[in-house]
Amino acid sequence: MAARTPLLAILLGLAVLAGGLQLAGYDAAAALTSLWRGAFGSWYAFSSATLVRAVPLIVVGLGIALAFRGGALNIGAEGQFYAGAIAATWVGLHVAGRPAVVAVTAVLVAALLAGAAWVLVPIWLKLRFGVLEVISTLLLNFVAESLVSLVVQGPLQEAQGIYPQSDPIAEVARLPLLPGTRLHAGLALALIGAAALWYVVARTLWGFRLSAVGAGPRAAEISGRIDARRVTAVALLGSGAVAGLAGGIEVSGVSYALFQNLSPGYGFTAIAVALLARLHPLGVVAAGMLFGALEAGAGAMQREAGVPAVTVYVVEAVVIMVVLLADTGARRAVGARVAA
Amino acid sequence: MTDSLVLLSGFLAAAVRVATPLLLAATGETVTERAGVMNLGLEGIMLGGALAATLGATAAGPWAGLAVAVLVGMLLAALFAAVAIGARADQIIAGTALTLGAVGLTGTIYRQAYGIGGAGLALPTLAPLPIPGLSQIPLLGPALFDQPMPTYLALLALPLVWWVLFRTRTGLALRATGEGAAMARAAGVRTGLVRTVATVVGGGFAGLAGASLVLAQVGTFAERMTAGRGYVAIAIVVLGRWHPLGVAVASLLFGAATALQYVFQSLGLDVPYQLFLMLPYGLTLLALAGAVGRARAPADLGKA
Amino acid sequence: MTAPPVLALRGIRKRFGSVQALRGADFTLAPRELHALLGENGAGKTTLMQVAYGLVRPESGEIAINGVVRTIASPRAARRLGVGMVHQHFTAVPALTVAENVALAAGWKVRQGLLRERVREFAEGAGLPLDPSARAGDLSVALLQRLEIVKALASDARILLLDEPTAVLAPGEAADLLRVVRGFTVRGGAAVLITHKLDEALAAADRVTVLRRGAVVFEGAVAGQSAKSLASAMIGDEEGGEARRPRTANRGRDGTVAEVELHDVAIRLEDLEVPRETGYGLAVRGASLSIRRGEIVGIAAVEGNGQRELLRAVAGRLQPLRGRREIAEPVAFVPEDRTTEGLIPGFTLTQNVVLGSRADDPWIRRGRIDWRLARSRTAILLEEYGVVAPGPDTFASALSGGNQQKVVLARELARRPRVVVAENPTRGLDIRAAEAVQARLRGAASDGAAVLIYSSDLDEVLALAHRVLVAARGKLLEVPADATRAQIGQLMVTGGR
Repeated sequence: MAARTPLLAILLGLAVLAGGLQLAGYDAAAALTSLWRGAFGSWYAFSSATLVRAVPLIVVGLGIALAFRGGALNIGAEGQFYAGAIAATWVGLHVAGRPAVVAVTAVLVAALLAGAAWVLVPIWLKLRFGVLEVISTLLLNFVAESLVSLVVQGPLQEAQGIYPQSDPIAEVARLPLLPGTRLHAGLALALIGAAALWYVVARTLWGFRLSAVGAGPRAAEISGRIDARRVTAVALLGSGAVAGLAGGIEVSGVSYALFQNLSPGYGFTAIAVALLARLHPLGVVAAGMLFGALEAGAGAMQREAGVPAVTVYVVEAVVIMVVLLADTGARRAVGARVAA
Repeated sequence: MTDSLVLLSGFLAAAVRVATPLLLAATGETVTERAGVMNLGLEGIMLGGALAATLGATAAGPWAGLAVAVLVGMLLAALFAAVAIGARADQIIAGTALTLGAVGLTGTIYRQAYGIGGAGLALPTLAPLPIPGLSQIPLLGPALFDQPMPTYLALLALPLVWWVLFRTRTGLALRATGEGAAMARAAGVRTGLVRTVATVVGGGFAGLAGASLVLAQVGTFAERMTAGRGYVAIAIVVLGRWHPLGVAVASLLFGAATALQYVFQSLGLDVPYQLFLMLPYGLTLLALAGAVGRARAPADLGKA
Repeated sequence: MTAPPVLALRGIRKRFGSVQALRGADFTLAPRELHALLGENGAGKTTLMQVAYGLVRPESGEIAINGVVRTIASPRAARRLGVGMVHQHFTAVPALTVAENVALAAGWKVRQGLLRERVREFAEGAGLPLDPSARAGDLSVALLQRLEIVKALASDARILLLDEPTAVLAPGEAADLLRVVRGFTVRGGAAVLITHKLDEALAAADRVTVLRRGAVVFEGAVAGQSAKSLASAMIGDEEGGEARRPRTANRGRDGTVAEVELHDVAIRLEDLEVPRETGYGLAVRGASLSIRRGEIVGIAAVEGNGQRELLRAVAGRLQPLRGRREIAEPVAFVPEDRTTEGLIPGFTLTQNVVLGSRADDPWIRRGRIDWRLARSRTAILLEEYGVVAPGPDTFASALSGGNQQKVVLARELARRPRVVVAENPTRGLDIRAAEAVQARLRGAASDGAAVLIYSSDLDEVLALAHRVLVAARGKLLEVPADATRAQIGQLMVTGGR
């Protein structure tokens, strides 16, 4: 049942999409065909559209899985992603002439730190005043978007001062590409990150404590003698750092520059990814690839069948709802046994 | 002297105009949260209301637009209620999903209805309705009594919501549901029904808020045009301490912070406008730190 | 007695999952009667009354009010028919005022000033005076109980169902409450008193019905019954007629403390001050106490007198403000609420055993967990403690309350603690599970642990402890070795003044 639900959710999402398109007067079959072609039609489509799109979803999804497991509802990954992207761009513009390893490392570490810094305010508000992180992380998304707008028309604007975007970062600061494709080494980082998080969650005491705090914070404190506030704070911090890293990977591997709307809502889509994966780090990889395919295919769908790309958000919403309802149902079944 | 008075008067009027959609959405969310439900789908519902108002106004005039927006808002809220209250799924995640779905759906329907060109400026809108006499009051007249209909609706809704919440049996049952659903149930309150109704009412307000954004403020629809206003409304409820009066003050504060941007622009001051866009959010964060320490959320807020 | 019974339940059946809670139970309440409903935990007493109150829908059976067969689909419907229930868990909304809570329950109009006056007068008229403007959350347990009854009476209840109303009250308060209920029946009402306290049923009630495993095993007048006869009805003949939990012979006040081997001191408190768990102020005000290894000390107290904070400070779960605290490690702690504090219901039993891990547990190796070892150790513990569960991979939520409590004990006692702290360790358990838990606690003491327990059931404190202390208003009072149960009850309420 555990593995079937996400599959069912995806199928249901696609069915809703097809039905809706047919109702709206589109040729649903043609639209789904171009969706498939755009995602898996060729090696280039798969490597350079689907996988490239999947990398930020996987990395941000890992961050969200980390936070949710620790009982912290981080809805602000979008803002943390942008914070990472800004820092990565700034460093990337200043490392010309250094060895590539140093430059890339500097860019990614800067992004990681910026993402972590961006989530410090919600952590502080939560610990000091009990402010729900749902609200504070969410609000900071809008601050981050305004900040991007500010820096690309100010300190980081390209040399001519015309376009609201940054200059391209130094060549040495860019992630290596797989020859013949646009696929960058960020995928390897994403896979290593997923494996590492899996190991932490499944095998280490700290990872167990993280899950305990998320599943039963009172019991974790009283019976596990775990400092739940601290674990939640560390989970939030790590989650922000990972989302920031995703921003850095995107700048260093794909866009090479900073501009507004760099993220088409990765921070929110990744919530769906993490949920679909049931917060399992390896599941996040699969779910991220699936959503990457969906969004890559959406572009092709818009070009070839004239169906707006935003339509795939409906599929994502259906997927979240189905998984949510199935999990809630499962919890209820367990609950019924408790009552007896 | 008169110049600065005109400027101040214009600033106040702009503040109230900007605050209107926020006030409407936040007033509705106050009712919802008092019943113990946090609806993060508010953003999506506002967006749905905005598109519904656009379609309704194009088809049958601005008043029809308002009505359709309220209906669509209630419908979307009912969908959220079915998942979050009926099936007792996590409210935060259900709300996020609703917003995501609404972004996709509104974008698709809008493109389908108006093509690449968009609804444009041909949309019939709601002009200000000056109230004779009152609108002549210096400073406050233009701000409060020379506004389009949604502003008046928002101002009338405030005392009404206050009265229902604190002076009626329905309001008592609603507050009891938010403060202790299990206990309210034991007292015979049908908490599921109360929460659903409170959520649907909140949805109607959010739909109206979206309509007021389109018909009384911007004048057209655009993809993702609510730009986080639904989320801000949730912050306003916290800042306003779950009380209609506080929510009114908090909404005005937000309106004023945004309107300040226009004042600086008209004065020709070269201040980066993004700072003013950030200001209200930063303000809320600061206020959250100060406000939450003293205010107390409904005890069962967000619990299934 | 020619009038029809005010309440008649006939052939009520109800199943929860795999458990048949009620198997064709009958119950009859006559006018002006105070009727005790007796039974072990899990016998179906509360469920049966919840059927009458519309909270539980039976699979089959018939409900008649004043001789008319009715369908009671909700508490609202029950109240319309004049049935009111006072629940075991309080149902006042803490954030609302007393007046608002009464208005909510009775459907009175909300006109603040008038409402307060009306509630004040009504409560006084019923002999249960209350401050209408006080927030329910600020009331003491006894006043909350009083509010519950006022709520039911304000809803025009003619039939009052009281679910273990005296469980949280001190003996004196319990007597007061029963007097009020008697007054209600004298004025023409009828009341059902759900209880497991035999002496209470014998002293207060006119008639008694005894439930065992969802069926009625005895029904009749109280007159002529004895604790022994009712107990054998409750427990069944095969268990013999032993009244309640067996008492140990080695209670301190019997002068048999010498039987206990006293070793060195494992718990020493001097002038300890502990803040309230919720909110500001002191819960424990200058407590001094030492407990030797092998000794069981029981705290008797009315709820909210600082005993909870005291125990948690000893267990290292609360930080004291001032004073000295010397506690031998390791400490085992059995919290009151199994499902939110003792266990994580969504975790497996293995995971729940690992939950209490310290760095020196065998399955922890440099921050890593050896799950195979943890699982096999858990399986051994389940066997050793007689936990009824399919295996270590079962979710904790699937276990009964008694088995959950055994898992908590198994985890906590497995590391051979030198200090054991237990809060209400047998609350909600049936007699057999409770005895098993008590035996484990005694075993821990004889293995050399210093044991500190609190129970809201005074009899349990007396049964378990070698030495009894009363906690009152944050202070610890010594109980004279020859004190009677009534004297201890007196001390609990008066605080020795």
